[in-house]
Amino acid sequence: MNINLTLFAQMITFAVFVGFCMKYIWPPIVSALAERKAKIAEGLAAAERGHQEKALGEQRALELMKEAKTNAAEIVGQAQKRATDIVEEAKSDARSEGERLLAAAQAEIERETNRAREELREKVALLAIAAAEKILQKEIDVAVHRAIVDDFAKQL
Amino acid sequence: MASSETLTSQEYIQHHLTNLTLGWHPEHGLSFAHTSSDAAAMGFWAINVDTMFFSILLGSLFLWFFKGVAERVSAGVPGTAQNFVEWIVDFVEENVRGSFSHKNAMVAPLALTIFAWVFLMNLMDLVPVDLIPHLFGQLFAVFGADPHHVYLKVVPTTDPNATFGMALTVFLLVLYYSIKMKGIGGFLGELTLQPFGKWGMPANLILEGISLISKPISLALRLFGNMYAGEMIFILIALLYGGGMVLAGTAGVLQFVWAVFHILIITLQAFIFMVLTIVYLDMAHQEHH
Repeated sequence: MNINLTLFAQMITFAVFVGFCMKYIWPPIVSALAERKAKIAEGLAAAERGHQEKALGEQRALELMKEAKTNAAEIVGQAQKRATDIVEEAKSDARSEGERLLAAAQAEIERETNRAREELREKVALLAIAAAEKILQKEIDVAVHRAIVDDFAKQL
Repeated sequence: MASSETLTSQEYIQHHLTNLTLGWHPEHGLSFAHTSSDAAAMGFWAINVDTMFFSILLGSLFLWFFKGVAERVSAGVPGTAQNFVEWIVDFVEENVRGSFSHKNAMVAPLALTIFAWVFLMNLMDLVPVDLIPHLFGQLFAVFGADPHHVYLKVVPTTDPNATFGMALTVFLLVLYYSIKMKGIGGFLGELTLQPFGKWGMPANLILEGISLISKPISLALRLFGNMYAGEMIFILIALLYGGGMVLAGTAGVLQFVWAVFHILIITLQAFIFMVLTIVYLDMAHQEHH
């Protein structure tokens, strides 16, 4: 239990150990700890941001959905309107087409009637002439009496 | 157990409390001390080989383990070893931050070294008292030495050289930082001008001088005393093993109880040495006025 040279040897050993620890052990470990602390703080902040962004996203999705709904309703309304328009248009087209066809038919009928009438008139004229020939028992110069016959025919 | 027939209890205790001293004996020249009076005769120029060996071994173990972790340290998910090291580093750093209010990159590594080293040296106390010395004695007996005169103390902190070595290094640091932070004048002023003002200078010097000198002495003696007493109790318990069945059984129980209690003591002593070092260095950095 004597104090001897060991004292100084121990002092030197101790100083060397402390120096070694200070140079090679403490700094890397402490800086790793600090780095991890920063990382964790960053992670927590990122998580917080993520939460906020999620809430924002949800809100925006809701807004988009609402907008889409109104859009869809609008489109459906427009389509319905368009459909009624088309139906109306078709109806009016059909109506006018019908009218046109009717008018055409009527015109045709009239034309046919007129033709028949002309034909009848001519035939009546011929019959009248023939009858007149027979009555007069003599040949009538068609060219001379044409005016009279025509006039007569017109009166039919 | 080593308390064989040839040894009396006193000799057994004496054997356990003697260091393996290598030195220059006035009669035998450079040799290991065979008796404690041999060691005393060697005077100052002798070295306690066992203290040096175990303290360096344990210190290197600490540095090797921590260095290994420090090399592979990552800020990501730590492994088991890194987790353990970080736990200790965190603990030390917290203590330094709590007690040391200045900027000094040396204090925290110093505190870590003290804590780990002192703890490991104290831990040797939990190795059964006779195990290593007995094996060592048997080993030397192979080379023809008398095992009863081959001494070995495995707990370096029961050697005042080790505790005073650390305490004096801390003391030198206290002096260095006192002078560095306050200047020689400031340091001397601190020693002489308070608490009684400049007319009470001699009294001031005595009071402050005592308080300054008492720092390393109390630091070293506290650790030494605790460890020495703990070792002594282990030795006394070990003596009971030679006293028949009943005493041996009692000794077994006592040894276990004391070892469990000692776990607390060795940790506490390492912690106290660390904290007081931090506090002394903090005081050295502090300007009083």
